Amino acid sequence: MNPKIVGTRVPRDDGRQKVTGESLYVDDIDIPGMIYGTTVRSPVASAKVVSVDWDEGYDWTGIVRVTAKDIPGENSLPLLIDDQKILADRRILHMHEPIALLACSDPTRLREARGHVRLRYKSQPMVSQIEDSLEAEVKVFGADNVFKDIQISKGDPATILPKCHHRLEESYITGHQEHLYLEPQGMIGAWQDGVLTLTGSLQCPYYVHKAMKAVFGLKDDEVRVNQAVTGGGFGGKEEYPSLLAAHVALLARKSGTPVKMVYERAEDMCATTKRHPSEVTIHGGVDEDGHLLALDVDVVLDGGAYCTLSPVVLSRAVLHAISAYRCDHVAVRGRVVATNTPPNGAFRGFGAPQTIFAMERMMDLIAETVGISPAEVRCRNHLQNGDSTATGQILQQGVSAGAVLQKALDASDFHSKWEAYQGSHSNRNRRGIGIALFMHGCGFTGHGERDLKSRAALRLFLDPQGKPRAQVLASTTDIGQGMRTTFRQIAAETLGIAFEQVELAPANTAGVPNSGPTVASRTCMVVGGLVAEAGKGCLQELGFSGTTSEVELAAALASTGAVTCEREYEPPPGLVWDDKNYRGSAYPTYGFGCTICEVEVDAVTFETRILDVVTCQDVGRAIHPSIVEGQIEGGTVQALGFAGFEKVVMHDGTMRNHDVSNYVIPTAADIAPIRVLIHEEPYSGGPFGAKGIGEMPMDGGAPAYVAAVSQAAGVSFQQVPILAEDVFAELLKKKAVKRS
Amino acid sequence: MKITFELNGALTTVDSPPLARFLDVLRDTLGLTATKEGCGEGECGTCSILVDGEVVNACLLPAIQVFGRSVETLESLSDPAGPLSKLQESLLATDGAQCGICTPGMVMAGTAFLRQLKATGAQPCDRSIRQAIAGNLCRCTGYSKIIEGIKMAAAQGTPQESAHD
Ligand code: FES
Ligand code: FES
Repeated sequence: MNPKIVGTRVPRDDGRQKVTGESLYVDDIDIPGMIYGTTVRSPVASAKVVSVDWDEGYDWTGIVRVTAKDIPGENSLPLLIDDQKILADRRILHMHEPIALLACSDPTRLREARGHVRLRYKSQPMVSQIEDSLEAEVKVFGADNVFKDIQISKGDPATILPKCHHRLEESYITGHQEHLYLEPQGMIGAWQDGVLTLTGSLQCPYYVHKAMKAVFGLKDDEVRVNQAVTGGGFGGKEEYPSLLAAHVALLARKSGTPVKMVYERAEDMCATTKRHPSEVTIHGGVDEDGHLLALDVDVVLDGGAYCTLSPVVLSRAVLHAISAYRCDHVAVRGRVVATNTPPNGAFRGFGAPQTIFAMERMMDLIAETVGISPAEVRCRNHLQNGDSTATGQILQQGVSAGAVLQKALDASDFHSKWEAYQGSHSNRNRRGIGIALFMHGCGFTGHGERDLKSRAALRLFLDPQGKPRAQVLASTTDIGQGMRTTFRQIAAETLGIAFEQVELAPANTAGVPNSGPTVASRTCMVVGGLVAEAGKGCLQELGFSGTTSEVELAAALASTGAVTCEREYEPPPGLVWDDKNYRGSAYPTYGFGCTICEVEVDAVTFETRILDVVTCQDVGRAIHPSIVEGQIEGGTVQALGFAGFEKVVMHDGTMRNHDVSNYVIPTAADIAPIRVLIHEEPYSGGPFGAKGIGEMPMDGGAPAYVAAVSQAAGVSFQQVPILAEDVFAELLKKKAVKRS
Repeated sequence: MKITFELNGALTTVDSPPLARFLDVLRDTLGLTATKEGCGEGECGTCSILVDGEVVNACLLPAIQVFGRSVETLESLSDPAGPLSKLQESLLATDGAQCGICTPGMVMAGTAFLRQLKATGAQPCDRSIRQAIAGNLCRCTGYSKIIEGIKMAAAQGTPQESAHD
């Protein structure tokens, strides 16, 4: 069968509402009687709370006040280990930690009232960065400040490494990154007849559902979570909205009215999660031709003050530490540690961009040491079908590393440019070109998908005109990535009906099954797969073995009545994972990508201009080519932001540059067109062959950019971000510029 | 105080403190929520509107400043279920809106740019489009598909007039 809808650029499901401004985001929603809420936050990074009092001279009439004492049950936010407080009561572990909540119908009074909450505290010593955390003189978490420690081992690197022809060692650093979704966090909470309804900007309705059941002791049907149209997430609205939900629910409970809370931009930047900073040290051993023989990698992530999802982020970080390369002797150790900074959390790529950055820079170092080009070292070492990963997973098929590498090299004219830019550092404008090869595991790690038991359903019925129509029931959300459109395409193609005849049930926990969270590049591949299976199930129930004509389908529905089919995730056969020893199939499949970036560095102003970006990425099957291109373009620009623009200045535990003027993300004028090449190496376990694509584009931009800047500037950088001042400082160190 | 101005083609009077943010007047007083607040500090462009045809950040605009002037918001470009402006159509065709939160501001900045092209007869290029929307951040798209959309609208003879023109 030739797909008619899959692979085409149908108009986006929510496109019209978005270009007309009719989409309602949380701040656009008004409920009768609704008042506004705000959060009073800690002005200190580490302290013992003595008391939280109200300024007695202030007129509190009409202002609802909530402290930890108003929490009905446990004061903890259920996530992996439930260590995070809903409102700090005894101990403050980071700046801007919530300590009290206020609500009022007048936003101006609300802002004023914030200044009349009196927190008395005793300052405690603080841990501000990874080094201090590892020393563990001051304890932020447990006895050693380590949230999680993971080791991977394969072969015998300890014996092999010392014997290698070339031995290399280097350390790499990546900084925080702020999501800067352009719609800040926001949530509306309302209680009616014992039922709590939450409407918010969020990725995972069932995360909020689960957390609120626990916090307020409610049953399944006593919490309803709706997703409002969401103005970007990138992971920032994965786990964080549960905290906001608890806050508005507490305020709404005490006030008896619906409460809306939308963060101000500065508050959002200061208080919410960010990408984990990392320090990665790699010892590498290669033969004289640059073939990888042994690798020893040490990964440390800064988790911030609470655990959030850090252990899972670390897991993905270590599993991507060797990235798309073959190596028989590997040791990887990863730790994520606590500091007195706002907790870090999910961010597109989820730990992989950090370790891939390190590994890619190591590959460049190997190339330089051996005397071959960065392209050549990758050609010699990339994974191929039949190779095994660091966890011993044999990749039987679908390894497209070589193909994406070749396509990107050709399209960018890498070889001749790289040659031309070698050693030409005399002009004012100096050029460089850099390459990154990477892979990204699709879906949850290990048994994650099996344990989640995600469900999705399709309902097939006749509309009043007697035409077959289908409704997709899934709780994964559209956060701009195009899930609504993609799911409609998958359902329409499977059922053999038009795109227009498929609709989506609203993402509301009362009406759709738990399809798992909208994260981990799993929505299309895993949940989209369930939608396709449910579609096949519907057809079977009607007595068809595959698609049929609309007339026959309508006739069958007329005699049988509407059919609904739900499917639960089943892992593909042969997927074995040992979580204790980190052995086996870490992911059901991998996407592969190659990004090449060309830049020009001005030797007087030290500014970098991006000249060209080529990226080739294997998506298995592009269900909707524009949506896929959009993910790749957007993710690549976010990665270039991570590499060359976005510096979180964390000082005394707080983000100092908490505004959009001082935390700079790329504008249209900063970016060259991203040339996207889609590669399709179908995955049998995904709908129509689709793999995940949400996160992979975040992996390659940083190492490619840094390699390009390094070549242009004639100095090698091992960290991100690198801004003009960093280029200047590095050249100064090398005495490549004169101090004036 | 009473502030009278032209809003999306219709004479409008609001009662507002003179220094109130015009963004709040639009969203809260007038209930026009297409214009968004991404930062509240004049940096992101999600609140872009046109005042006498010029792109202005409504979050930095004191209400008094619109007195006697002509204001256009995204709501002016189409009616519910009615036809879209060329730029809106083009952005739909190129998939220029992902999460959509930047889209209202982008459409207004793009509309001003297309009108300017029409007035001067200039041809758009990648660079001039990038400059035209440099004040409007987008965190989702990487800008390519927005730029394509603006280019496509320009190629269609810039009939970007609003439904009310
Ligand atoms: S909200 Fe006005 S520029 Fe950001
Ligand atoms: S589409 Fe999301 S910010 Fe532009």
